[in-house]
Amino acid sequence: MIKPNKNLQVTVLSLGFFFLYAPILSLVVYSFNDSQLVTIWSKFSFRWYGELMHDDELINAAWLSLKIGLMTAFASVFIGTWAGFVLARMGRFRGFALYSAMVNAPLVIPEVIQGISLLLLFVEMAKYIGWPAERGVLTIWIGHVMLCISYVAIIVQSRIRELDTSLEDAAMDLGATPFKVFFVITLPLISQALVSGWLLSFTLSIDDLVLSAFLSGPGSTTLPLVVFSRVRLGLNPEMNALATIFITLVTIGVLTANYFMQKAERKRMAMSA
Amino acid sequence: MNTNESAQKKPASTDEKFVQVIDVVKKFDETTAVDGVSLSVARNELFALLGSSGCGKSTLLRMLAGFETITSGKILIDGEDMSRLPPYKRPVNMMFQSYALFPHMTVESNIAFGLKQEGVGKGEIAERVADALNLVQMSKYAKRKPFQLSGGQQQRAALARSLVKRPKVLLLDEPMSALDKQIRQRTQIELVNILYKVGVTCIMVTHDQEEAMTMADRLAVMSEGRIVQLGAPNEVYEYPNSKFAASFIGSTNLFAGAIVEDQPDHIYVESPDLKQRMFISHGVTGPLGMPVSISVRPERVVLSRAKPAQDTNVAVGKVVNIAYMGGYTIYHVQLESGKVVMANVSTLMFDETEPPGYDAEVYVSWGPTAGVVLTK
Repeated sequence: MIKPNKNLQVTVLSLGFFFLYAPILSLVVYSFNDSQLVTIWSKFSFRWYGELMHDDELINAAWLSLKIGLMTAFASVFIGTWAGFVLARMGRFRGFALYSAMVNAPLVIPEVIQGISLLLLFVEMAKYIGWPAERGVLTIWIGHVMLCISYVAIIVQSRIRELDTSLEDAAMDLGATPFKVFFVITLPLISQALVSGWLLSFTLSIDDLVLSAFLSGPGSTTLPLVVFSRVRLGLNPEMNALATIFITLVTIGVLTANYFMQKAERKRMAMSA
Repeated sequence: MNTNESAQKKPASTDEKFVQVIDVVKKFDETTAVDGVSLSVARNELFALLGSSGCGKSTLLRMLAGFETITSGKILIDGEDMSRLPPYKRPVNMMFQSYALFPHMTVESNIAFGLKQEGVGKGEIAERVADALNLVQMSKYAKRKPFQLSGGQQQRAALARSLVKRPKVLLLDEPMSALDKQIRQRTQIELVNILYKVGVTCIMVTHDQEEAMTMADRLAVMSEGRIVQLGAPNEVYEYPNSKFAASFIGSTNLFAGAIVEDQPDHIYVESPDLKQRMFISHGVTGPLGMPVSISVRPERVVLSRAKPAQDTNVAVGKVVNIAYMGGYTIYHVQLESGKVVMANVSTLMFDETEPPGYDAEVYVSWGPTAGVVLTK
């Protein structure tokens, strides 16, 4: 057996973590820099955080991203759960393979292609049926939902597959209609998968640049779009401040979600044991 | 009084034929899982469907519960045709093999679930749940979640849940398979006691013949979607009607042979396995020379060192295997023909004589009533 070398282990691990977190750390440090220049340290200050508070364009974009993120998360969970349930439970119906492949396709199709094809579709539709009159929140939302459904469907499908079907049989045997069984037994038992799917969709949507770039219109610029366009015009420590706020929020969010999900997972393991 | 009323409304139902399965067939695409099964179960009877996996017993149970549709045939419960009713409208409850307790609910709400679906009032639910918990002695675990219970406790919670709606028929799917072997036997008797106390018609499915014989009033041995034999446990054991039934329930020695002499009160059978003829003290209805199998249970076979004073039903051989079981020992004796005969020797016997060891020459013999003639 190969004995792991303790020193080597520590070195490799530190290198790995350094590689992952050094850029983020420097970004956080420089957000508290007073200087206009991103790379030269002058003195500690909250100047850029103050400027951020008065930057209406950024704040509006952040609100818009949040709004689209929430809308996307809810819609994706709703439709994705539906799709996942059908895939896991309907057995092999006609066109099962095609349906299953089509649900999973957005995972592997490059976003650029999805973006272009949706954009072309919307343009054509506007020409013939007059809708959508202009691109905006709605079109971005449709694009994001399209992407996220696949993730939710896969998560939900795998969770439902491992669910003991006799639980649903038992509920029906005790007098609950299939409709009621789904809401009282199935949904609570797959709630964890729904939460995971929701969080994943929300993150994907908030983070998305490519689809949004194709599908946004005047007056509907999401946060990643604003950041991207500003960076092209030259770096500004305000971005560092924004990034720091985001990292803080995300860290808190991830830690809380992890805590609750681990708790639920432990419970689930104990249940199935 | 209640039973009188329903009996008047539905004259087809009698206590003898409380549950009627009439010529039921179930096909999955090309395969036939259940192939023309007919049986009836009396009110308050404990009936077992016994068979190895894939024999169709579980499919039959699922058809009784309503989870599978019937390809053809009929199922009547208390005179009422069940064929068109979905599971949630049948007066039938099932205890699942995995127990299927809802993991996100307490024991109490698990048991209350069925009553809630019925729209029973809150006060009555509380009362009936408490009674059910009391019946299975689980009152102190009412607030626990299923994963906090042991296997035996989960089983009792599941039993309470399936009894609380007072079903006309209780279905048990492999009720003991999730339990450790040590506690099985005690649990079997406890379960039967509870079922008698409530007085419920019960159909269980099992692959374990000991379990079926311990618990059931009557049992049906199934194979390849058909019922091979149906009867009380001792009937099926003592008088199997086929080679399958004889070897599935308990173990047995089978001798293939042909009838060489047929009298009204006895027959002689010759088998290539044995030098001596076999003598059976009852007649059969069949022509001379008819091929038959003779089943002799190992506990009916006598093992001796000295030559027994009989010239039929006897053979000499040597001991090839000895399996000590505690209360008795199974001797495998190889005859000159190569045939191995099993004999159960009671431990009591070894108090008197030294037990024969490996390769010892011994005689195996049995009485004129020990052999059962099987024609299929």
